[in-house]
Amino acid sequence: MTSLGARPLLDAVSGPATGLLAVDEAPNPWFDSSYVTENWDSILAYTGEHVRLTVLAVAIGTAIALPLALLARRSRYLAAPVLGLSTVVYTIPSLALFALLVPFTGLSSNTVLIGLVAYSLVILVRNFLAGLQGVPPDVREAARGMGLSGAQTLWRVELPLALPSFMAGLRIATVSTVALTTVGVLVGHGGLGQLITGGFAANFYRAEIVTGAVGCVLLALLADLALTAVERALTPWTRAVRT
Amino acid sequence: MNDFERALRYLNDPLNWSRPNGIADLAVEHVTISAVAVLVAMVIALPIGTALGTARRGGGLVVALSNVSRAVPTLALLTLFAVSPIGFGNRATTIALTVFAVPPILTNAYVGFRGVDPELREAARGMGMSRAQVLGRVELPLALPLVTTGIRTAAVQVVATAGLAALVGGGGLGRLINLGFGQQDYGVMIAGAVLVAGLALLTETVLAVLSWAVVPGPHRLPFLQVRTPEEPGGVPEPTASGVPL
Repeated sequence: MTSLGARPLLDAVSGPATGLLAVDEAPNPWFDSSYVTENWDSILAYTGEHVRLTVLAVAIGTAIALPLALLARRSRYLAAPVLGLSTVVYTIPSLALFALLVPFTGLSSNTVLIGLVAYSLVILVRNFLAGLQGVPPDVREAARGMGLSGAQTLWRVELPLALPSFMAGLRIATVSTVALTTVGVLVGHGGLGQLITGGFAANFYRAEIVTGAVGCVLLALLADLALTAVERALTPWTRAVRT
Repeated sequence: MNDFERALRYLNDPLNWSRPNGIADLAVEHVTISAVAVLVAMVIALPIGTALGTARRGGGLVVALSNVSRAVPTLALLTLFAVSPIGFGNRATTIALTVFAVPPILTNAYVGFRGVDPELREAARGMGMSRAQVLGRVELPLALPLVTTGIRTAAVQVVATAGLAALVGGGGLGRLINLGFGQQDYGVMIAGAVLVAGLALLTETVLAVLSWAVVPGPHRLPFLQVRTPEEPGGVPEPTASGVPL
């Protein structure tokens, strides 16, 4: 594994401070455009894996979080365990979670995916629940009074009203999932994170590390922008109020 | 599960705890790095958050900072500091962790102090309190719940992230995970994972109890808090700015 390969080097260098690291002995630029152009294909492949893992994790997370939030809204007795459990999951470090999943799912990207789903789920449930609880009770009652069924109330009244909170949750979940995917390097499926540890293992090649790091941040920014655009398109009424 | 049994056996062996570079040493290293990072971040973030919050300025800056910090992978920052002239080892790890601890503390301190009712501040001034007295006796107690939440979020985050440092040559309990994985010894890896997760949960609990003891007024343990109806829904709580690590 990449991380393993780095180990003997580390032990050799991380001893007493001699003032000279292997890093400083050869020119090692922070960014190198020739690196990007020459390795464009592998960068694209890692980006593809990164995007795939993120989109799948957030999509599956949403599919699980919505019913959970609807369930948790029904009573405080259901809300307490759901929120409590989500706090515990939130506290478990991703590296530990991935490591605990390895015996079950092995070195496949499923290990990373399950972990990412768990974390996005936690963020999404909280925000979905907050959004649903933010719907004024009299609005719900008025919908019932107009003869809407429970499902109709949910679809036509509550979901649109809770949408800003939903989208806020989706944005937070997506951006942090993009960042978290890098931890998947533990099992070799970290998307752009592979460039980060790959560069580290390749004699601390800074250009590769920086490319991976910048790629992650750009990906997160792009995802955030795209979701903001979706939110604007889905909620035209909030714009009318604001301007 | 065979690997889990092996993990249990590993954790049950006293020698694995007490030998040099054993669990005890790694745990102390882990906690030391985390504590230093959080304390330095507090020294940096609390005054700035307090100043911005009481002045009710710079909200955009604080929000932008916490958003950007969410997008930067911790692994990337740890690696970047490790290959910078600082060199890897615990110093680079501590600096990277400090950078990550600042946004939650800053955001929560800002929100806490901004949320103090201006009329209370005015009343305190009217009673003849000096500026410092208003800050210490009126604003600080009111902002304290959020300030402690910020510190708790940051601390848990830092303890969790410190484990990642092992992937790029740092110390701490993450080493067991990396070592176990590298040697295909899943027992050691699981033991490391359990230890790191346990330490994070312990940090959360200890700090929650601590903030419960420190915050004046009706005492409520944070983890028992279910969203109460009077809280405005729709807006995610400020702690949501914390990122799972």
